[in-house]
Amino acid sequence: MASITQKEVEHVAQLARLDLTEAEKPMFADQLNHILSYVDQLQGVSTEGVPLTASVAHEEPVLREDSPRECLPVEKALANAPESHNGFFVVPNILGK
Amino acid sequence: MSLFKLTLKELQGKFTAGEISAVDIARSYLLRLNQVEPKIKAYITLTPKETILQQAKTIDDGLKAWRKTQPLMGMPLGIKDNICTEGIRTTCGSRMLENFVPPYDATVVGSLRTHQPLILGKTNLDEFAMGSSTEHSVFGPSRNPWNQKFIPGGSSGGSAAAVAADECVAALGSDTGGSIRQPAACCGVVGLKPTYGRVSRFGLVAFASSLDQIGPITKTVTDAAILLNVIAGFDPMDATSANRELPDFTKAVKKKDIKKLIIGVPREYFSEGLDTEVSEKVQDAIQVLQELGGTIREVTLPSTERAIATYYLIATAEASSNLARYDGVRYGFRAKESRDLAEMYRSTRSQGFGPEVKRRIMLGTYALSAGYYEAYYGKAQAVRTLIQREFDAVFQEVDLLVSPVMPTPAFQLGERLDDPLQMYLSDIYTIPASLSGLPAISVPCGLSKIGLPIGLQLMGRPFEEAMVLRAAYAYEQATDWRMKRPVIRS
Ligand SMILES: NC(=O)CC[C@H](N)C(=O)O
Repeated sequence: MASITQKEVEHVAQLARLDLTEAEKPMFADQLNHILSYVDQLQGVSTEGVPLTASVAHEEPVLREDSPRECLPVEKALANAPESHNGFFVVPNILGK
Repeated sequence: MSLFKLTLKELQGKFTAGEISAVDIARSYLLRLNQVEPKIKAYITLTPKETILQQAKTIDDGLKAWRKTQPLMGMPLGIKDNICTEGIRTTCGSRMLENFVPPYDATVVGSLRTHQPLILGKTNLDEFAMGSSTEHSVFGPSRNPWNQKFIPGGSSGGSAAAVAADECVAALGSDTGGSIRQPAACCGVVGLKPTYGRVSRFGLVAFASSLDQIGPITKTVTDAAILLNVIAGFDPMDATSANRELPDFTKAVKKKDIKKLIIGVPREYFSEGLDTEVSEKVQDAIQVLQELGGTIREVTLPSTERAIATYYLIATAEASSNLARYDGVRYGFRAKESRDLAEMYRSTRSQGFGPEVKRRIMLGTYALSAGYYEAYYGKAQAVRTLIQREFDAVFQEVDLLVSPVMPTPAFQLGERLDDPLQMYLSDIYTIPASLSGLPAISVPCGLSKIGLPIGLQLMGRPFEEAMVLRAAYAYEQATDWRMKRPVIRS
């Protein structure tokens, strides 16, 4: 089943919001193919009727009381922001110019 | 004797008895850091000298009135740089978080701080904990204190190297597929991955949330128990943290025999690909366990050979989702001069992440994408169930499992950097316990001919860290590998 084309790699990179350089495209295609042909061994394992494991938490998740408590003050929450203004995060134009 | 050579237990003993002050400890370690850190490069960020001395002085002044100490008071610690420390930058070894200063402490760090330890700094790691050698750190690799041409292991390689090189008395690491145990084995120290849920993950920068777990890296098994006592426990801030009774783990490290324990040797962990020197040392260790009263039984875990493929689908799928948050908006790196938001996202992520992280994000995105989801991610989740069931069945028969930690001793820096799959394959013995959430420890069990450490792994049932510690302690006390320390050459 494996074999991911360079086109598909470009598509996946776009889904993941990554721009690849011309040099990266063949390199990642090559490496991902290598890894995918290795993980393809799982196709041979019979798993019919086997339930899926998403978590190995050995108990039911415990939910916190839904009550108000102190949260990060705005200045602290914004302290690491690349750009902020008047208590907001600033981002470039959403629709372009 | 130089204070930095002592174990946590020993250092604590002298401090509590009033033989030494926190300032004495701070001075000794600052000197040590000065001497060896330029060679080992275990840390990404060191706490300023003045801060450490000031903290030590505060501790000593407070103690003058009444001498009441807590187990970690004044103890010099290293913390892996993917665990948030309020006010101390936490980089994850990535350009993306190079200047990120967390606004809060991880729960484990908060627990440590109530003891007033001396946090010496943040230790090096592979970018976002993805790797087995620290070579994927944007700050450059750490060195193996036993031989600086070799990797210290990873991803918690900085923590393991720091402990082995006496650059802190104990450290915290994180383990997703082996990142505490494998570097501990490479550096000849002890590393414990607790049961999934035993230690809060709140404030641990997420890599693969169903696998990540924080744990101690220390000089001895006793020290690991001391540290686990402080960090373990229920945390309302982590919905997967277990609300369970907490034993005193230091009680587990008192008895020097393991009578009545049945120890399984999984055949698949000794097959093809295992280096002969590693195999010999582990076999010797099994002999010792038998002499200590353990009953040795061969068992089989046939799905072991599927573990790497399973892990590299699940871990990358989870990572691709977890790392979606790095978008240059709220914190972390932002690329300059983008025309619009979409371009800013892409440029930020392309410039902020290194090649291994990109590789994994893409693999994970692919495994989760339409048309492949069931064949890859779904399949891996089903195989994960099979792996878990095999462990469950075997643990009906045996109390513990024993195995190597890594198929070979540490490899040379650069050796596997161009072949990602080759790097992944070195995780074969540590990944299964991660996929099943089991507690597992790495203890030193010998040196290779060229003088590199080899580790022994003991795995236990969920929440039976005490039994794992007990057997590891008995083994450690019966041998003298822990006395061997690296000589750091200039
Ligand atoms: N954080 C870890 O446990 C890493 C494990 C494994 N070496 C990986 O690269 O994913």
